[in-house]
Amino acid sequence: MSAAPETSATGLIEASFRGRLGPFALNADFITPAAGVTVLFGPSGCGKTTLLRCIAGLERLPGRLVVEGEVWQDEARFLPAHQRPVGYVFQEASLLAHLSVRRNLLFGFRRTKDEQRIDLDQVVGLLGLEPLLERGVARLSGGERQRVAIGRALLSQPRLLLMDEPLASLDRARKAEVLPYLERLNSDLAIPILYVTHDLAEAARLGDRQIALNEGQTGPVIDSRDGAGDAGLGARLAEVGPDRLFEDLCAGGAPPELAQLTLAALLAGLPPWRAPDQRA
Amino acid sequence: MTARRALLGGLITGLALLAAPGCAPAAGTRIAVAANFTEPAQEIAARFEAATGHRAVLSFGASGQFFAQIANGAPFDVFLSADAERPIRAETAGLSVPGTRFTYATGRLALWSRTPGLVDARGAVLAQGGFDKLAIADPKTAPYGLAAVETLRRLGLFERLSPRFVTGASITQAYQFTDTGAAELGFVALSQVVRHDRGSRWIVPASHHSPIAQQAVLLKSGAGNPAARAFVAFLKGPEAKAIIRRYGYEAP
Amino acid sequence: MGEVIWLTVKLAGVTTILLLILATPLAWWLARSQAWWKEIIGAVVALPIVLPPTVLGFYLLLALGPDSPLMAPFQAIGIRTLAFTFEGLVIGSIIYSLPFAVQPIRNAFQAIGERPFEVAATLRASPMDAFFSVALPLARPGFLVAAILTFAHTIGEFGVVLMIGGGIPGETEVLSIEIYQLVEALEWNKAHQLAALLLVFAFAVMLSLLLIERRTGRLRP
Repeated sequence: MSAAPETSATGLIEASFRGRLGPFALNADFITPAAGVTVLFGPSGCGKTTLLRCIAGLERLPGRLVVEGEVWQDEARFLPAHQRPVGYVFQEASLLAHLSVRRNLLFGFRRTKDEQRIDLDQVVGLLGLEPLLERGVARLSGGERQRVAIGRALLSQPRLLLMDEPLASLDRARKAEVLPYLERLNSDLAIPILYVTHDLAEAARLGDRQIALNEGQTGPVIDSRDGAGDAGLGARLAEVGPDRLFEDLCAGGAPPELAQLTLAALLAGLPPWRAPDQRA
Repeated sequence: MTARRALLGGLITGLALLAAPGCAPAAGTRIAVAANFTEPAQEIAARFEAATGHRAVLSFGASGQFFAQIANGAPFDVFLSADAERPIRAETAGLSVPGTRFTYATGRLALWSRTPGLVDARGAVLAQGGFDKLAIADPKTAPYGLAAVETLRRLGLFERLSPRFVTGASITQAYQFTDTGAAELGFVALSQVVRHDRGSRWIVPASHHSPIAQQAVLLKSGAGNPAARAFVAFLKGPEAKAIIRRYGYEAP
Repeated sequence: MGEVIWLTVKLAGVTTILLLILATPLAWWLARSQAWWKEIIGAVVALPIVLPPTVLGFYLLLALGPDSPLMAPFQAIGIRTLAFTFEGLVIGSIIYSLPFAVQPIRNAFQAIGERPFEVAATLRASPMDAFFSVALPLARPGFLVAAILTFAHTIGEFGVVLMIGGGIPGETEVLSIEIYQLVEALEWNKAHQLAALLLVFAFAVMLSLLLIERRTGRLRP
């Protein structure tokens, strides 16, 4: 188990949840650096959203969650959602209909007690929101709404940004509109992001790391930048090839679907100079 | 379309069949009765049916409402009002058969409290005080209310006591106010308290107020109905009068 | 006549304000609670819709009267009964109009759904904060409808006032009672005038309700 070199022992997000919520049974367990973008990906209905909601404190399942050394949940403690310094971007923008764009953006900003590192101007510039500020939210396009939602989450000064398929409800053109903003987010702001998607290409393009999720179960962390995931999976793939790695993953306790998914992400996310000849 | 029409036709027939027994039975008559006369009217109607074989269908309600309904074509044959004014109006408006108006009962007023001993045998409590609210029926609409006001004026207490009035829309309500204790005292109809001896009472002398004449008329729609005429005759007879007296009224 | 109208409007106004304050937490609880027995409370709240007003009024007469255990604390400070008082009418009107205030507000709260509250929570708003900054403004059309219905329903209230009012001028003699008495006293002309006034008022109320409905219907995505 190795963390990225720049993170200290406390610069980690450690999560484990077990239990059932309605149709979703969760058996999730991962440790990932509190830096860059970690993508949780898997088919729809695999429990990604449930996992993200548990991390935000919107759902409660037995488990443990420690973010940069701070316990948000364990046997004795459950920090309610409004006391967790997270930003949450829902699949649908979910803007507050009774407020203008500006007041939506400032809703969380006005309620933060921490030091305000990100201000309105910065977010407006980053997400290109200047022309929208005084509008009512009913008069925004889908892409504009989602950009406002992202800006709103950022302005609440999150120490962890949770994004639940923020592009899924957008058509291809809107997706292309928002995607560059997301990439800038990653490069401009030092906020760790947990990003949920079912789209492997998106996972590869945006993620520094990927975690596959299938039927509520998490796979090992894949680190696509330096091959230093949970089990040095990138290096291992280059060394033994996908078939052997698949067997290894299964032998390590992963169900076949999960192993397959992990492998697919590994292949999709690998920098070209590491791509193996064989295909899975 | 035709199916719908058939359905509609069936419905109308059904409704007509349903309505038929209710409206003007073959040897029957519909009587509008002032609510305060409910019990004696029921007893009289039962005796009437036994004696004549006619059926009397009674409706009970406020006299003013009945008058408004009769003026607008309600199918009543006889109207037993709680006062004289409405039958007089019915007469002048041509709603009734001329010459059929008569007083079937004269009400007596009582000052009543559910508290034993509060009301003395001469009504001196009115002058002495010791109560907060005095219930009366609305003097503008109910003869018992008017009689109560006349009594108080005669006793010289009206000005003093009128701030303590709580006014019921009818004499029934004045009794309710008093019976629940919401008002400690009330001017009620003797007929309301004659059947029990709870609380304390003063039967106001008839000389203290103008007579509370409850009058009846035979309405136009009952003119040709033998059952209606028979009911009016029965109401004037000795058997009915005995019943009326038993309920705390005077019968002329 | 002016006194009667003023008293009626005052009764409706006071009832509306107090009822909105009272109905809001009740509607909130009915909209959000998971308790299995909440619909029992919901049914109790809705009872005045089906109970004949005179029946309700009769029970209120008993409840506000000297025998009522509810009146014991008042009797300790020298108030024998609340029947025949303006305050008594306000209590009666509040109970009588309760469902007309609770139901629209409850519906409005329910229509908001879970999401805006989740959004507010992830933006550091405590539940209480979210109630004031999200729930109340989003439920505004419901409050408007509740206020209009309560006000109108109280203006048109008759049976309850008839039973517990006692027709005291300036204290409990309201418009509908006045009309009834005028009809009973055969003063139909005056009754017609007041009834026409009520009719115009009722029309204005229904029209404004429909307009609100249309507007909020259009605003909703």
